[in-house]
Order: sequence, then structure tokens, then C-alpha cells
Amino acid sequence: MNRDQQTSETLLTATDVVKTFDQPADQSGGKDGRLTVLDLPKFTIAYGEQVALIGQSGGGKTTLLHLFAGLLVPDSGTINIAGIELSRLSEQGRDRFRAANIGYVFQTFNLLPAFTAIENVKLGMSFGQGSVDAGRAAELLDRVGLSERANYRPSQLSVGQQQRVAIARSLAGQPKLLLADEPTANVDPTSAETVLDLIRTSCRDEGISLLLVTHDMNVAQRFDRVDELDTINRALSAHSKQAV
Amino acid sequence: MSLLTIAWRNFCHRPLSSLLTTLSLALGVGLVVLVLSIFGIVNEAFTRNATFGYNLVVGPKGSALQLTLNSVFYLSQPIENLPYSQYMEMFPQAERQAMVDRLGGDPELAERDGKYAAFVSGGYAIPLALGDYYGTFRVVGTTTDFFEKLRHGPELDQPFEFEDGEAFQAESEANGFFEAVLGSRVAAEMEVGVGDVLYPTHGDPEGKGHEEAFMITGVLAPTGTPNDRAAFVNLEGFYLMEGHAKPIDESEKFEPANDQNVSSDDEGKLRPLTIPEREVTSVLIRTGNMMFAPGMQNMINESLEAQAAAPVGEIYKLMDAIVGPVMQALLGITLITCVVAAVGILVAIYNSMNDRRRDIAVMRALGARRETVTAIIVFESFLVAIIGGVLGWILAHAAIVLYSGKIEDQTGISVNFFTVTSYEIYILPVVLALALLAALLPAWSAYRTDVGSNLSA
Repeated sequence: MNRDQQTSETLLTATDVVKTFDQPADQSGGKDGRLTVLDLPKFTIAYGEQVALIGQSGGGKTTLLHLFAGLLVPDSGTINIAGIELSRLSEQGRDRFRAANIGYVFQTFNLLPAFTAIENVKLGMSFGQGSVDAGRAAELLDRVGLSERANYRPSQLSVGQQQRVAIARSLAGQPKLLLADEPTANVDPTSAETVLDLIRTSCRDEGISLLLVTHDMNVAQRFDRVDELDTINRALSAHSKQAV
Repeated sequence: MSLLTIAWRNFCHRPLSSLLTTLSLALGVGLVVLVLSIFGIVNEAFTRNATFGYNLVVGPKGSALQLTLNSVFYLSQPIENLPYSQYMEMFPQAERQAMVDRLGGDPELAERDGKYAAFVSGGYAIPLALGDYYGTFRVVGTTTDFFEKLRHGPELDQPFEFEDGEAFQAESEANGFFEAVLGSRVAAEMEVGVGDVLYPTHGDPEGKGHEEAFMITGVLAPTGTPNDRAAFVNLEGFYLMEGHAKPIDESEKFEPANDQNVSSDDEGKLRPLTIPEREVTSVLIRTGNMMFAPGMQNMINESLEAQAAAPVGEIYKLMDAIVGPVMQALLGITLITCVVAAVGILVAIYNSMNDRRRDIAVMRALGARRETVTAIIVFESFLVAIIGGVLGWILAHAAIVLYSGKIEDQTGISVNFFTVTSYEIYILPVVLALALLAALLPAWSAYRTDVGSNLSA
């Protein structure tokens, strides 16, 4: 499948996805003591598409990413990625699916401190079906400009460098969908530019769909498609109405 | 990256904690290996050397164990002595006649077969006379049969070999009855060899020195047995040392029949003691048929004069009654040490879990299954167990090698770095099982780690 074909087809379709959490006893307003964090009637991402999802802190952005990554299961609704219905998979199935199809970039990088930069990248391919490709790990590190720091530990890298290693790691498993959770929030503006460019360019080059959540409008406006979580998440609308 | 590599990286990431945990386990395992090794060495020292082909030791009434210890291992003090006539009970009439004729004794002794001669026929009876020392080593008065008939080695098929020289003669032209053979360790420690002389001391290592000198005619090759630590002298020479002849009344004195043939050339030479003047500490017996041994033992033990002990049986009794329980108690204590060390693993890994929940959540986000992160924790525990176990084994065996000389001195057992007891093969599985138990709680904690909350934290 080439890139043109990919962009015309839907990679991710989320339909009527609702996610609730236990509500602390001293807070009220939820149904049956539970707080509805996400109520998403419809959300799609096409193959190769790059989407920025903007929203305020606590608006359910990370929950949405965890649902798409199969780390959480919706209370109701369906999430279909690459033809796979996530809610029908067992936890092990979702783990396998995630290892094979999802890349994840965290706001706080989350490099494992015990491992060097190159080992962190290799970790990105250690839990899938395929074997660890040392050549690809080195190539990815080279792509993010850190081949000379391959054997540095995270503590020996700057914040921006750590995020670049995290990007390389997220691409290591050749995912179909890259989920980026506020990837520029913890880096300085210059590094943020670099990080953003790296993510977008790498996804474009490898035909990976990108869903980047941010609260920063400057970051979001770089994308052709920008969705506002306040608009698409009915749970937030309901909270707003309750507040009024 | 393999899970083992990931576990190893985690192990190395907390060097101090990992080192201390591993070291505590190593010390625990080391203690267990030491106790097992000591038990193995003691067990082997006693059982392997409990016989050199003989199946009974006959001596005076008293403790059968003490008889075995002093006659076989040259440990402990001799009980008392047996009259030589008791030794003669092992021989048929013809040989008793020859003894009476050669040495001089009550003619009645020559009139019958020895009481136990039928049992011994086809085997041997080797007399031992103990009580003197050469340096700190026991002097053993015996006959040339000792070197010719006894065997050593795991299969009891190796004859005594001489590193230098040869066995003493029953009576030599040059030295008469005063010749000696040294065990290998005696020669090495006393720095003497063939052609040198030794002067035994009476009663204990610090005792009065005898004036009689024994010419060393041979040095035994090392055998790894108590015989390496003994100085063997001609029994006749032993008897002829000052104070070794049993005091007798005038009525007990007998002239040897052969004395009538003494030539003028022989007149200045010392003559062997007469039978009434002779005593033996014990007699090593190999019955003509192994099946005869219990019958002979019973018969001797029912007599008033002597006792017979089966050395292997005595040693097993000693092991069962004293050494075994002591070793089991020590082993129990050291195993508790290992359990404490395993608890240390648990605490170390469990404490690290708080710092690692995010790492676990990240691995889960990268596609690791719950079972995978659980396995990583278990592997970490196994790494501590394997490294600690191997280190402990090495430390224990290094200590054994360090004290190998002393061990050989005390037991006659030669040990090296790779001398292992059969029990040691169980150590690694036991340690791994302990490590698995120790890993269960942290592994369960890893299994239950909530990805969402820890990634968001």
C-alpha cells in the first residue's frame, strides 16, 4: 500500500467511546459515583494523516491516547485500528497489538535510566514479534542526531536529547500510529521546534499516522488538521453545561 | 533485547543495593557450602580411611570407638594393651610353636591352635604397638606385613608405594631391629629422609626421648590417609626401647628354644623380648572369609580379655550419633542464613519497585505484557541468586583450599578447589527456589502495576 492509498483510507475509527473513572467520595455529579472523562461520538485518523488534538489539562487527552494505545479499555463504544477492534482483544492481545502497531512519545520522555540511548531505542522493538534490529536502532538514533551519544545514559543527555531518543524509540517498532502526548511541553522552545520537526518528518517518511495532543496552540497550528477536544468530547460539554 | 539483558541492566543500575544483596546471599551460600564440605570431608575422612583391607580391629576391653580412632586414624589415646598371647590366638598351632621357639614363652601356648585361628586362616593379623611419638606424629610399631598386605584407595586396591627407599626388614644386618619407615607428611614436615635416624619420644610429643635410634629405610608415597602422618618402626625395635618391656616376675621368664643355637658372633646383639614381656595395642584382622567377621567379633567380645570392633561400623555410628546431628544443626543454621539473604533480595527488589513503577509502565506502553515485566523481576532475583550462589561457592572453596594443608594434617584428606560433595549439586536449585520465592511479592507488584496512573504520574 503506497502513501496515497494510505491517506485515503481510515487507520483509526473510534465510535461512541465512553470512559469513566471512579470518582472520589467527596466529589459529586457523576453517574453511579463515576466520573465520565471521555465521551467521543466519532473520531477518525486516516493512514499517514497527522492530527493535532488540542485541549486543556485534565480534558481527557491522555486518557484518549491510552485508549487508542490499548492501555485502557472503554466502558462502551468501539476503537478500530488497522482493522482490529481493540475492545475485542484480550489484554495480552492488546499488548501484542501495541508492540506491533503503536508508537508512544511521552511528555516526560520516560527513558529507562538503566539503559543507554541505543538500548532505550532497542527496547522499542524488544516486546514485539520481530527480533531486535540493531542496525535500525542505530539508524534511528542517527536520524535524531544522536549517533555519537548512543552509549550515553539518559542522565548524561540534555532534556531535548532525551526527547529525541524517545522519538527514536517510538519509531523503532515501525508502528502504524504514533501517539505523542505533549512531546514539547517539557523542552525549551528551540528544542521543541526540533522535536516537532523530527516527529512530523519521521512519520511522513515512514508513512506513520500521527496523533499529537497538546495544549499549545503554537504547536497545533503547524498541523493541517487540528481537532479541539472541548468540541469532540461530549463529556467536557456536559461538564460545561453543568457548570453554567 | 532479551529479558535477561533487561534484568541485568536493572541489576547493574543499582550497584550498591545489588552488591550488598548479592554479597549477603554469597555469604549465606558460602556458609552452606563450607558446612557441606566440612561434613563431606569429615565423612570421607572417616569412612574412606576406616579400613585398609582389614575388617576388624582387636584391642583391649573399652570403647570400641576409641580403639578404632587410635588404631586406624592414630587419633585419641590407646586404651590399654593386650598381652601378646592374645595376638597369638589368631594363629594356628604350628605358627604359635614357631613363636614360642623363636621368642621364648610358656610352652603351653604352643600346644594348641589359637582360639580365633580358624577365622583368620587365609587372612591376616597385623599387630600394632602405639604410645610413642616422633615430633607430633604417632610412632607405630608393626611388622612388614603392614606394607605388604594392607591396601588403600577408594577401591582398597592400591598397595603402599615408596617414594624413597623400601620397607624396613624384620632384622637387618646393619641396623638390627631398629629401622623405620615414614609417612610422606612426616618426612616432609620433619625434613628427614632415607639414611636419617629418628628418636621416638615416650608417651606424648613432649615426652622423654628414647635413646634408641631408628634408621629410616623408606618414605611412603602420599596416600591421603592417616598413614601419611605416622612413623612406622619395627615392632621388635619398638619392644626393645627402654621402658617398653612389660615387667614380669621371675616365674614368667622363659628362654627361647632357638637361644641354644646362638653363635659367638650374635652374643653382643639385642634379642627380641620374650612373649610374656610383649604387649600389643591392637591387632588389625582380615578374616579368611568376610562372612566370618561377625562370628569372630562376637566370640572376642564375649571373652574377658579383648574386644573386636568393626571400624567402618564404628565410624558410621560416630557419624550418626555425633557428627551427623551437629552437621545437620549447622546446616539448618546456615540454611536460615540463606533464607535471611533471600528476604534481603525480597526487600531490595520490593523497595526498588516504587522507583520502577514508571519504568514498568513505560515497558508496558512499549508493548511488554504483564507476564513479561513479571519475568524481568524474577530474572533479576535469579541473577542475584546465581551470582551470589556462584560467588558463595567460590568463596567457600577458596577457603577450603586456603586450609587444605590443615585439613590434610588433621584428616589425611587431600582437597583442592574442585573437591565437591554430592550435596552441593542441590545448592543452586535451592537458592533459585529461594530467589523465586523472594521474587514473588515484587513480581506480583510489577504484574499489578497500573500503566495509566504511572505514566501520568
